[in-house]
Amino acid sequence: MANSPIHFKDFGKDTIQFRHISPDDLSPLPGDFENKPWTPLSEEVKEKYAAILDDTCILPIPMPKTKEEEEELVNKFISGMRKLFQRENNWTFLAMLETTMEHCAKCQTCSESCHLYEATGGDEMYRPNFRTEIFRRIYQKYVKKDPLARWRHGDIDLNWRTVARLGELAYRCNICRRCAQACPIGVDNALVAREIRKIFSQEMGIACPELHEKGSMLQLKTGSSTQMTGMVVKDNMDFIDEDFSEETGFSFKTPWDVEGADILLIHNAGEIMAWPENIAAFHIIFEAAGLSWTLSSELAGYDSINYGVFYDDVQFARTAILQAQAAKKLGVKKIVIAECGHAHKALTVIADRVLPEPLKVPRESYLPLLRDIVLSGKIEFDPSRNDFPVTLHDPCNMTRLMGIIRPQREIVKALCPQFREMTPHGAFNYCCGGGSGYAIMHRNNIEEWRMKVAGRKKLSQILGAFSDCRGPEAKKYVAAPCSNCKGQIRDMIKNYGLMENETLAYGGIVELVVNAMKAVNPGFIKWEEYG
Amino acid sequence: MSVIPYLLTCLALAVFIVSVAARIKRYLNKPLHVRWELYPVAHDAERASYGGSYLEDVDWWKKPRKKSMMGELSFMVPEILLLRGVWENNRSLWYRSYPFHLGLYLTAAFMGLVFLGGVLELFGFNLGSGSVIGSIIIALTNVIGPAGFLLAICGAVALFHRRISDSSLREYSSFGHFFSLALFIVVMATAIATWLFADPGFAMARSFAAGLVGMKWSPIPSHLFTAQIVLGAILLAYIPITHMSHFFMKYFLWHDIRWGDEPNIDKPATDRKIGEVLNYPVTWSAPHIAISGKKTWAEIATHNPMAETENTKE
Ligand code: SF4
Ligand code: SF4
Repeated sequence: MANSPIHFKDFGKDTIQFRHISPDDLSPLPGDFENKPWTPLSEEVKEKYAAILDDTCILPIPMPKTKEEEEELVNKFISGMRKLFQRENNWTFLAMLETTMEHCAKCQTCSESCHLYEATGGDEMYRPNFRTEIFRRIYQKYVKKDPLARWRHGDIDLNWRTVARLGELAYRCNICRRCAQACPIGVDNALVAREIRKIFSQEMGIACPELHEKGSMLQLKTGSSTQMTGMVVKDNMDFIDEDFSEETGFSFKTPWDVEGADILLIHNAGEIMAWPENIAAFHIIFEAAGLSWTLSSELAGYDSINYGVFYDDVQFARTAILQAQAAKKLGVKKIVIAECGHAHKALTVIADRVLPEPLKVPRESYLPLLRDIVLSGKIEFDPSRNDFPVTLHDPCNMTRLMGIIRPQREIVKALCPQFREMTPHGAFNYCCGGGSGYAIMHRNNIEEWRMKVAGRKKLSQILGAFSDCRGPEAKKYVAAPCSNCKGQIRDMIKNYGLMENETLAYGGIVELVVNAMKAVNPGFIKWEEYG
Repeated sequence: MSVIPYLLTCLALAVFIVSVAARIKRYLNKPLHVRWELYPVAHDAERASYGGSYLEDVDWWKKPRKKSMMGELSFMVPEILLLRGVWENNRSLWYRSYPFHLGLYLTAAFMGLVFLGGVLELFGFNLGSGSVIGSIIIALTNVIGPAGFLLAICGAVALFHRRISDSSLREYSSFGHFFSLALFIVVMATAIATWLFADPGFAMARSFAAGLVGMKWSPIPSHLFTAQIVLGAILLAYIPITHMSHFFMKYFLWHDIRWGDEPNIDKPATDRKIGEVLNYPVTWSAPHIAISGKKTWAEIATHNPMAETENTKE
């Protein structure tokens, strides 16, 4: 069925499933990897949720049971769509959204740039403009109420199935904006995916639990989506200090709530649980460089995540404000954001026009600071400790969306004799496949979709970068300076057996830095722990 | 009846100018938007070549930013004149789209030359007297006009064919798309026919332009030419009310959004605008937003709906 033609008129049709991507149609990978069939969605999921798009269910839209519920779904959606086009309700993105609605030439120049479109063998549902076109037709006909909409912009059937499928389809995009980069006019299909997610969250109260209840709401409640309160996070950090001081032979103690420190460092708190070595590496480097720095135990002051960036402007603003308040309270000179891509963009770029004057505090990425430390000569390094093939993944949020390209390269080039680039890289990189929140999702075939479709291009790029040293003999390392990307790469390594068959480890950049530090016991990066 | 083509042309020009101005005004009246830039940002003088930004520096807010107008121009000029983006990302379409766009650019230049010649003649300058300027204007008009019409019609036919024959374009094309292309084809065909059979040296066109500017609306001696004027006027008025307004709105999409990397450092005007938008009322209905007593963005964003439910420090 995949790669068969799609017609917009079928999008709202009374069929059980709109699309099925046959594993046989997926793009080839460099190696002998089996394309297993999709696991069928459970009957329970199908009964409970409107899982009528394809073989996955990401957005839990309750299955309407009555005619009234069906109508309510449509009416609420249209009401939310109207609000998206009101300056008061959507000042944040109105300019971009309206121009995207008005100026697309339907030329499909953006299609080939999308890794999902490529991974699915060019499936029409994954064409970047497909989702936008449905949204655009609904907007022109039902919101703008252009009497000639049908002729000028094309027709669309609006019913509960159209709405449910469009909501789910908003979660078949990594919002990596590679397609927007290719558009000669400046139209942004990625934005439309995010705006649809906003309608569901901000108007209909429907969002992915990992992003909302267990994400941004939990962060507002406890301070972190990991559920760690300030007290708990400090306890955990004590363990990290002790364990890694002992292991590395470099004794350090994490400073907390130091008023007037130069730097407030904010980690993605998920690292504390999943990758404590990343936290330890940061703290070892900051201590060795003699920086004036601190962590904050204030609400959200110790967790840089801001899942609102993926689905909800209000949740975004709330989180950014809490983080800025934590910095203001300590009177630090600046916030430095650790290895988390979306947090980088959220707090540095997007919050720039959200934070009011009293909450303005300078914010920057850790990468330029780390580059300056590494190249300054303050710390002694032995690059031969990193003498294994290393490649670098560029998180979209840091590169395409912030233009931070060179600092990470200067670091790995200085410390990793066998560094090699992926193709393409930098601002033109490909998303890891976990972007826009999926890396933390595992239910309802989401992980299967991430492995089969979303991460396919990145997997192929990683293996391509190591084409001269494939096989289990050579230890290899993919550096991904972002928690979400690491989560996705970790799952791909496991799913495709890349530890056993390729001895491929993954981690951040700070781990490579500490691995090469002379003041630290050799062997900070441990391949055996990835097995 | 003889004044109709003149009136229509004036009307079309007015519609064109008003539509363009209205679109621009509408964009400029939009509220402040968040930053949503996309790299490479062409005006970054030192780093645009590899897609870098000022955020690559420690304490970037203390450092002078080097913006380059030349950087924007050196990106935009080939983008507009050569459709570089389409060349790089959609080569097969470029072979059709580029002749079309180049044809339109040349047609616009031709119209400029016709008006220039007409106005000069209006002021008593005889283009055909053998003067260098007159000869240049006539020669350029004679070459650029037909070249523009031919390229535009070939491009429009090729694009029409592609939209019909390529399923990935056909499904996305509305009646409006086909109508627009058909209109271009008809207008350009009429222009070619007029050039071949009624006005080979474009003297009639210049005299029409002179009459229009000098308000001497004398009868037009050719039905074909009259048809060309009427159709051209319709096209002129039609373009800015369609998605084709991208030809000028592109400036804002690129300059203001894609390259809008201006940080809010020492910008009282931006702070004032932030204050303004944060006081906008919010009517989103989801339970985590629609909280009683909280009405503006500022009130809602500074309210933590989860705060009362747990002591965060326990
Ligand atoms: S988004 Fe841009 S590239 Fe894609 S179809 Fe529309 S105009 Fe063409
Ligand atoms: S944003 Fe990325 S994933 Fe989404 S359509 Fe564009 S290229 Fe594809």
